[in-house]
Amino acid sequence: MKWTRQIIIILSLLVFPATAFAAGQGEEEPLDVKTMLFEHIGDSYQWHITRIGDKDISVPLPVIVKSSTGWHCFLSSRLEEGPYEGLYLAEGGKYDGKIVEKDASGNEVRPFDISVTKNVLGLMINSLILVILVLGCSRWYRKHDALKEAPTGVASLMEPVIEMINDDVIKGSIPGKLGEKFAPYLLTVFFFVLINNLMGIIPIFPGGANITGNIAITFVLALFTFLAVNLFANRHYWKDIFWPDVPWWLKVPVPLIPFTEFIGIFTKPFALMIRLFANILAGHAIILSFVFIIFITVKMGPLVNGTMTVVSVLFGVFMDCIELLVAFIQAYVFTMLSAVFIGLAHEEPEAGKE
Amino acid sequence: MSLLMPDSGLLFWMVLIFAVVFFVLAKWGFPVVTSMVEKRKEYIEHSLELAKEADAKMAGMMKEQARIIGEARAEQNRILKEAAEARNNIIRQAQEQARDEAAKLLAEARTQIQAEKESALSEIRSQVAVLSVNVAEKVIRKTLSEDKAQMELIERLVDESSGIRKTADSRS
Repeated sequence: MKWTRQIIIILSLLVFPATAFAAGQGEEEPLDVKTMLFEHIGDSYQWHITRIGDKDISVPLPVIVKSSTGWHCFLSSRLEEGPYEGLYLAEGGKYDGKIVEKDASGNEVRPFDISVTKNVLGLMINSLILVILVLGCSRWYRKHDALKEAPTGVASLMEPVIEMINDDVIKGSIPGKLGEKFAPYLLTVFFFVLINNLMGIIPIFPGGANITGNIAITFVLALFTFLAVNLFANRHYWKDIFWPDVPWWLKVPVPLIPFTEFIGIFTKPFALMIRLFANILAGHAIILSFVFIIFITVKMGPLVNGTMTVVSVLFGVFMDCIELLVAFIQAYVFTMLSAVFIGLAHEEPEAGKE
Repeated sequence: MSLLMPDSGLLFWMVLIFAVVFFVLAKWGFPVVTSMVEKRKEYIEHSLELAKEADAKMAGMMKEQARIIGEARAEQNRILKEAAEARNNIIRQAQEQARDEAAKLLAEARTQIQAEKESALSEIRSQVAVLSVNVAEKVIRKTLSEDKAQMELIERLVDESSGIRKTADSRS
C-alpha cells in the first residue's frame, strides 16, 4: 500500500507538467511527430536540451567546415539567424538539416564537414568517462598490491566485468596467447559500446545522444573488427575462403563456394554494424514513441489523455528497463561475435587434413 | 534515408576518438588490470596448491611423528628389558660367586676341623698313654698286695689300657 501511494504521487507529478505543456502547445500547431522523432534520434549541430515556454535551451557546438571559400569555424548558434559566411542549414531535400553552401550554378552542395555535432560531443564525453573509469581502475592496480588487497572503488566496479568479458568471451573464443593479444581491443569495444548505450538511455544532457544507434559509429566499430579479423588471419583462414574443402565442381570452373565465402568476409562485420545500430535505434524510437503518445492524445480530451499518459509512462519505464538489458546484451554480443570472428581467423586446420 | 547514410564528419570523429580511446586503454588501461587479475588468479591457485602440499606434509609429519613415537616406545621397552636382564645377570652372578665362596669357606673349615681333630686325637692319645703309664705307676707304687678288688681293678685298667693301646696301635 505504501508503495502504490508513492507510485501514484510520482506518476501524477510526472504527468501533470507534461499534459499542461502539451495542452498549451497542441492547439496552435499540429504535432509533427516524425520530425521530432528524427530530431531526437538523429544528429544535429546543437545539443537541444529542452524548451521552456517559447525559448529553446540548447548547447551550441562548434561547426568546423571546409567549404569552397576555405575553412570556417564558428558556433552553431550563428546559424539560427540565417546563412553565415555562405553556409546555412538545408531544409528538405537531400541534405536535410545539414550544413550546405551554394555552388556556382546555385545547387546545394555539401562542404567537407567535421563539425563537433551532438553525437561527436556525446562521443567525447562518453569516451572521457570510459577512459577515466578504466584508468581509475588500472591506477588502483598500480598503486595497490592486488595479491594482498581486495579491489575497492572503481576497481571493484570494473574488475568483475573486465574479468567476465576476458574469461568468458575472449578466452572462450580465441585460444591461447592470441586471446591476450586481442583482449585490449575487445575489452575496449565492449566498454565503448556499453557506456555509449547506457549514456544514450539517460534522457538529458550529457546523455541522450543516440550514439550507438548511429550507423557511422557502428560502421567504424565493425570496420575495426573487420580489420582485426582479416589483417591478422592465418593461412588456413584464407585457404578456407579461396580453396575450401568442398567437391571440386563447386570451385572450378565457377567458383561458387569461394565467391560465397568471399562475400562472407564482408557480411559478418556488416551484420555486426546493422545489429547494434538497429537495436539501439529501435530502442530509442520506441521509448520516444511512448512519450509522444502523451502529446498526440492531447486532442482526444483529458480522460483519454490522462489514461494514455499513465499507460505511456508505465510502458516507458518498462522499455527503459528493457533498454538497460539491451544496452548490456548488445555490447556483449558485439564483443562476443568479434571475438568469435577473430578466433575463426586463427583456427588451425583439423588434424589429418591438408 | 539519412539514418542509413553514415555522415563523413561523424565517421572522421569516430575513427579519431575510438583510435585514441583504444590506444589509451590498450596501453595504460586493460593490460594492467587483466595482467593483475591473471597474476592474482595464479597466486590464488598457487596458494591453494601450497595449502594442499602443506596439508599433505602435515599428514606425513603426523605419520612420521607416530612412527617416531612408536620407535621410541620400542626402544624404551628394549632398554628396560636389557636393564632387567643385566640386573638379573648381575644378581645371578653375585649369587653364584657367593655360593662358590661359601663352598670354598666350608671346605677350608672342614679341612681345618679335620686337622684340629687329628691333632687333638693324637694329643689325647699321648695324654692317655702318659696317664695310663702314670696310673700304672701309681697302682704299682701303692700296692701290689692289696685286696682282691684292687687287684681286679688293676687288671681291668691294664686290660683297658692295653686295649686302648691296641686300638691306637692298630690305628696308627
